[in-house]
Amino acid sequence: MNGQGENELAMLLRAAIAGDEKAYAAFLERTATMVRSFARRKIVQGGVDPEDIVQETLLAIHMKRHTWISDGPVLPWVYAIARFKLIDAFRRRGRRVEIEIGDIAETFAQPEAETVSDREISRVLDGLAPGQRSVVAAISVEGRSIGETAEKFGMTETAVRVALHRGLQSIAKKFGRS
Amino acid sequence: MQTNDLINALKADAAKSTMPLGYVWWVAMLAASIVAAVAFFVLIGPRPDFAVAAQTLRFLFKFVVTLILAVVAFALLRVLSRPGSNVRSAALWLLLPPVLIGAAVAAELFAVPSGQLVTVWWGKNVYVCLTFIPLIGLGPLAVFLAALRHGAPTRPGLAGGVAGLLAGSIAATFYAAHCTDDSPLFVATWYSIAIAGLVGVGMIVGRRVARW
Repeated sequence: MNGQGENELAMLLRAAIAGDEKAYAAFLERTATMVRSFARRKIVQGGVDPEDIVQETLLAIHMKRHTWISDGPVLPWVYAIARFKLIDAFRRRGRRVEIEIGDIAETFAQPEAETVSDREISRVLDGLAPGQRSVVAAISVEGRSIGETAEKFGMTETAVRVALHRGLQSIAKKFGRS
Repeated sequence: MQTNDLINALKADAAKSTMPLGYVWWVAMLAASIVAAVAFFVLIGPRPDFAVAAQTLRFLFKFVVTLILAVVAFALLRVLSRPGSNVRSAALWLLLPPVLIGAAVAAELFAVPSGQLVTVWWGKNVYVCLTFIPLIGLGPLAVFLAALRHGAPTRPGLAGGVAGLLAGSIAATFYAAHCTDDSPLFVATWYSIAIAGLVGVGMIVGRRVARW
């Protein structure tokens, strides 16, 4: 990305931190594209899905966006987070392979059911408390607004925001710790 | 969940803001200093001849070294808590305190008659020093590790170690007001060992708690 692209990205992130949702979505979409090609380049041997890295990175960026210096460069910050998440993913999956080695025979016998939605984050989402899970799912997968979600579940908007924030927080935590 | 779905959720959460990290570090610094001061006055307190000692070069030099170490460690810790920052230039300043203390040790080796060197080096407070610097530093270390969790260290172990270094230098600054062994030989040896203990604890704990 050239200097102008970086400036635009920094402007979007500044607006996002000030609470601008549209700017934030634009920032996250551009960042997702960058991290996707970064992850595809780095993951040579497989075993890690690049899209999982994209999602873990976006989530980490969201939870740690206060660590960006608002007049500092944005690309080194984004790529440092992406690298950290990539290394973390390799380490975690490496460990998991050792643990599950006994189950390989069984896994082989089953048909490959790898759907597009079969992502790490979906599994983590399923592990959330029911209240948080349904709110996060309504806003993310179903694409509802805060207001619509509040109406659907008969909650206040504040309660929806709190459930969403806590849900995202525990997803991020599980990514980092599992 | 697809990436676009995730973006939907993240943007809906955009309004939820958290405290800027720069601000958090200064709050942590203030809190850690208060915690260390309380521990110092409760546990040991300043030496009785503080006012007289404050006029000697050796006594004052202890504070020069520990305070410079604190400033350098604080700057490095803040850098380490932000992804993608330039760690190298902040880390290079870590050389300054050892150079200073090395020069002071060299001067001391000339100033003190060789028959007394061992006495001065060993001093009277080795075990006091090795006990109370870590003890005073534990509270500040906990504060800095908590602040580190708010940050995003891409090297949690290293950042934890630097948190220990900072906690140790603050503790050593307070402890220096208690200790009657002012020789750079004493400071270079025993202060360093005591602070290194906190660095080790910080590294081990940091690796566990500062992951994100």
